[in-house]
Amino acid sequence: MTLGADWYLSLAAALFTIGAVGLLIRRNVLVMFMCIELMLNAVNLTFVTYARKLNDIGGQSLVFFVLVVAAAEVVVGLGIIVSIFRRRTEATADDLNLLKG
Amino acid sequence: MTGLMFAQAAQERPPLVMPEVEYSALAPIVIPIVGALALLLFGSLLRTRPPAGAYASIGVVSGLGSLAAAWFVWDDIRDGGYLAVANAVVIDGFGTFFVATIACAVVLGSLVADAYLRREGLDGPEFYVLMLLSASGGMTMAVANDLIVLFLGLEILSIALYVLAGFQRGRAASREAAIKYFVLGSFSSALFLYGIALVYGATGSTQLPEIAAFLARNVLVSNGVLLAGMALLLVGLGFKVAAVPFHAWTPDVYQGAPSPVTGFMAAAAKAAGFAGLLRVFFSTFTTLELDWRPVVWALAIATVLVGSVMAVVQNDVKRMLAYSSISHAGYMLIGLQAANADGIAGALFYLLAYTFMVLGSFAIVTVVSRTGDTGHALENYRGLAARRPVLAFAFTVFLLAQAGIPFTTGFLAKFYVIAAAVEAESYALALIGMLAAVVAAFFYLRVTVFMYSAAPDGAEPAPRLAVPAGVGIALGLTLAFTVVFGVLPSPILRFAQQATFLF
Repeated sequence: MTLGADWYLSLAAALFTIGAVGLLIRRNVLVMFMCIELMLNAVNLTFVTYARKLNDIGGQSLVFFVLVVAAAEVVVGLGIIVSIFRRRTEATADDLNLLKG
Repeated sequence: MTGLMFAQAAQERPPLVMPEVEYSALAPIVIPIVGALALLLFGSLLRTRPPAGAYASIGVVSGLGSLAAAWFVWDDIRDGGYLAVANAVVIDGFGTFFVATIACAVVLGSLVADAYLRREGLDGPEFYVLMLLSASGGMTMAVANDLIVLFLGLEILSIALYVLAGFQRGRAASREAAIKYFVLGSFSSALFLYGIALVYGATGSTQLPEIAAFLARNVLVSNGVLLAGMALLLVGLGFKVAAVPFHAWTPDVYQGAPSPVTGFMAAAAKAAGFAGLLRVFFSTFTTLELDWRPVVWALAIATVLVGSVMAVVQNDVKRMLAYSSISHAGYMLIGLQAANADGIAGALFYLLAYTFMVLGSFAIVTVVSRTGDTGHALENYRGLAARRPVLAFAFTVFLLAQAGIPFTTGFLAKFYVIAAAVEAESYALALIGMLAAVVAAFFYLRVTVFMYSAAPDGAEPAPRLAVPAGVGIALGLTLAFTVVFGVLPSPILRFAQQATFLF
């Protein structure tokens, strides 16, 4: 049995939604960070599926760009998270309440 | 055996053709990168501390070099733009306009940052490295001819800005600004990327001209995927330019980030975001105007209103300027919504004028602030005119320009976008834009009143403010630009109009 492209696209959309909703409702900064990665990888799946569907190699090569960008974001993001939560026991976004108004 | 098979397979494939890289056309983008690498190299090789301001001057020189290269490119494309680097980038007047704008932001940002960084004990090459790399990302966005190149530029711009926002590691507000900017920025980038994927799926290409050609040739029976992709692109770029309702990060990040960074971020990120918005929506999704114009209409109204109204209740000057920058984004969106040559030229004029106004304003905020980037309350500006008349006068000019008072670039910028909206028969939008400008005038004038009112009796005398040379030069440049081109706007307006014709 082979699955059509729509299944993969639906899976990607579901993963992307889980990532987006998770980012908005979870309070742990590391989990929020993982949600961003989930969203980016859902996009990768979409790219690859469309590349297959359109029979166009371009879409597959885009995934490499996304992977590089995701890696760069991890480096910077983890650096920022460590610099903030170095002196705290848990990394929750509720503690970030200095700036508001 | 396997080696032989590989050799045979290699013979059958056509040879890999490497794309030609037109470095002369890319020089405005390459120069900041070279400057950043040179800074890193010198910074790590030098055994002794270089004289004060050495790093900043490399930043300024790189910015000026980029500006000069942009001038040569501009001269080169008078007869029309061309595609370069395997159609990945387009060298045209529009892109060059934004490259020049961002280069100006680098020069002014470096001038303002120099003394501030030494005061805060953060002096080093890293700040300028990040600023130059961020600028190169913004410039890449401006010349992108491919949605993926646009995304790469967006990320180069943003990732460097996340670090810059948290550059003052010892200050909790700066760290908090960094994480908030990072989380919301990455979220918007992911949405933008998903938009690219959907547009790619619907049209079969990520190259902007091919997308436009596909949409011109075909009428999609069910274009749900395309519309969803377009909406996600709009949301992603809307985050970057701080359009309501995607503005939630702006006040916090502008307030928490070090003041020179805020000025640079306000100018460069907004310019790059609008470069992407105008290129993707005005020149690529031209055939879908009926779909995106109403959405941009709603965004523009929400942005001018929320920006102006929320700024009124702020007591922190940096936060107030953040909301004012939101309302400025709304006016530029009015130019995009008009979707005619005048509207785009108006938006470009607005951006260049805004770059100088906002960098001038943040230069003054930097000077008035105390060590640790504190003292941004409105109360700290009381009696500034008595202490530093010239500084108070300059800030007054920038505030009045942002409010849109005649004889400043800010007035003409608002005038051009609203005139374009009237021409496009968006009367309600033009009316609301003007009303919001009246509301906005209130809080700009409120700061002016504070500066010119006397300090209350018995108050301890405020510390004397020193204006470092770099900030002085930056203030002179921004002030001259705002006033001279406010009276004689034709060179800048012609520049903006030609940039629009050439894309």
